Amino acid sequence: MPIRVVDVSYTYQPGTPFAATALKGINLTINEGEFLGLIGHTGSGKSTLIQHLNGLLVPTEGQVLVDGVDTRVRATRRAIRQKVGLVFQYPEHQLFEETVAKDVGFGPRNLGLTEDEVEERVEEALAMVGLDAAKYGPRSPFDLSGGEMRRVAIAGVLAMRPQYLVLDEPTAGLDPRGRDEILGELADLHKRLGLTVILVSHSMEDVARLVDRLVVLHRGRVAAEGKPRELFQRAEELKRLGLGIPQITEFMRRFSELHPGARTDILTVEEAVEEILRHLRRRGHA
Amino acid sequence: MFQLEHVSHRYDEGDGRGREALKDVSLSIARGEFVAVIGHNGSGKSTLAKHLNALLLPTEGRVLVNGMDTRESANLWAIRQSAGMVFQNPDNQIVATAVEEDVAFGPENLGVPPAEIRRRVDEALAIVGMSEFRRSAPHLLSGGQKQRIAIAGVLAMRPEALILDEPTAMLDPSGRREVLETVVRLNREEGITIVYITHFMEEAVRAGRVVVMDGGRVVLDGPPREVFARAAELRRLGLDVPQVTELALALRERGIDLPAGILTAEELVAELCRYESLT
Repeated sequence: MPIRVVDVSYTYQPGTPFAATALKGINLTINEGEFLGLIGHTGSGKSTLIQHLNGLLVPTEGQVLVDGVDTRVRATRRAIRQKVGLVFQYPEHQLFEETVAKDVGFGPRNLGLTEDEVEERVEEALAMVGLDAAKYGPRSPFDLSGGEMRRVAIAGVLAMRPQYLVLDEPTAGLDPRGRDEILGELADLHKRLGLTVILVSHSMEDVARLVDRLVVLHRGRVAAEGKPRELFQRAEELKRLGLGIPQITEFMRRFSELHPGARTDILTVEEAVEEILRHLRRRGHA
Repeated sequence: MFQLEHVSHRYDEGDGRGREALKDVSLSIARGEFVAVIGHNGSGKSTLAKHLNALLLPTEGRVLVNGMDTRESANLWAIRQSAGMVFQNPDNQIVATAVEEDVAFGPENLGVPPAEIRRRVDEALAIVGMSEFRRSAPHLLSGGQKQRIAIAGVLAMRPEALILDEPTAMLDPSGRREVLETVVRLNREEGITIVYITHFMEEAVRAGRVVVMDGGRVVLDGPPREVFARAAELRRLGLDVPQVTELALALRERGIDLPAGILTAEELVAELCRYESLT
């Protein structure tokens, strides 16, 4: 079952002089098992939209249906929050327990699960983010590195066994290794467990190599949509929207100007290597 | 401009041992340099930066800013005025409800006369390209614009050096471009010394010198071309090289004769053309 966003508009502080419309007539279907990237400049409505996906915000107009259930129905909101896990920006700021195990187990414990079940969930969730429960469980979350803290925070959401995982810039401020670890784990969760992942990111390089489909928000509307390989061919349009294209795609555009016939729909360094070699070989240079 | 002599810094963690974040760092940064500092989280980058304007003091060794020892409290104001700092989150650095008032905050506190403040504010806003927003409310600006206002606020103090601690970490691609281009211009046109901490390798490429930190020590120090040619070593340190550099290295491994340390798309296109004309 999908998440369906139907004609959704959202206004902050409606009816006051401070009213600000953040979403305008958004239509979007997120299919189960999909890895979706959500991009757009600051203030484009990304954060407002993702808070609609688990009912933290409900539309001023239109509706959001999670597996067919309307998020405006108060009685089902709890079930929806469990189904759609939301990881905020800098989620490690929300760690608060004495130990990693307690922090990750907080949600499951609130569900009224037995201690054995909680423990099982904690182990499972920590393993999903590449942390060994025996080693990390007893430690204070505040003694960990920035990347580890963030993974613990993500584990806290995974411990609720969501079907959909929504992450708001999960790699902001992390070093390259921390970033690669988290993105690698997300790709793995998506592939191995079929988890639906919705990733908000400012890194065109990251979304290029990870997601199945990209949605571009601009001033509260869906401004463009498509597979990364197709969308990143529209460089001028993306730049106008305050975004860009991956460095490697930009390079291939320049390369093709001097080497007509070279492909420009390249998303990774590996693909670029093969394309350049193919091109040089064809001309008898390699 | 900055001279670090055998600087160590230990954070007091209340356990009597503490954590050593800098270990015997000696480093000299000349006036007018643009130095990028990279390293994984916890490598000591931010601790290093905070020593440059006496936000932190060395546990051992000493730091001289224009010859002034940061441990001398009498030097504090002069040091902070010559080396201004910009942080990651622009929202934590903006204090006023109008852009020009925010930029005026620093010089006002220094007791600068009103007419001179006016001149400095106008000049600082012009340098960061934000003059037209001088009466705007900061919270209505984009992340990149807010960060440029934070930079203008520091510039109004007329510093000789600007220390930026991951100023683009929270920005979208266009905000990142805006801030980086502003910093490059400050260095080239205004001659301001720049110390720029970042996790984005493609930003570090724009500096004249890259300092790589690991475990509280400086492990590599040189022009970007030399530092990024050592891709394997950087990866071992949990870092990265720009995608174009990675591509050039991968092509070399596959037998295409290219020079080491290619940093930009223009360079790689030119080198590939040269390669073709020679084979």
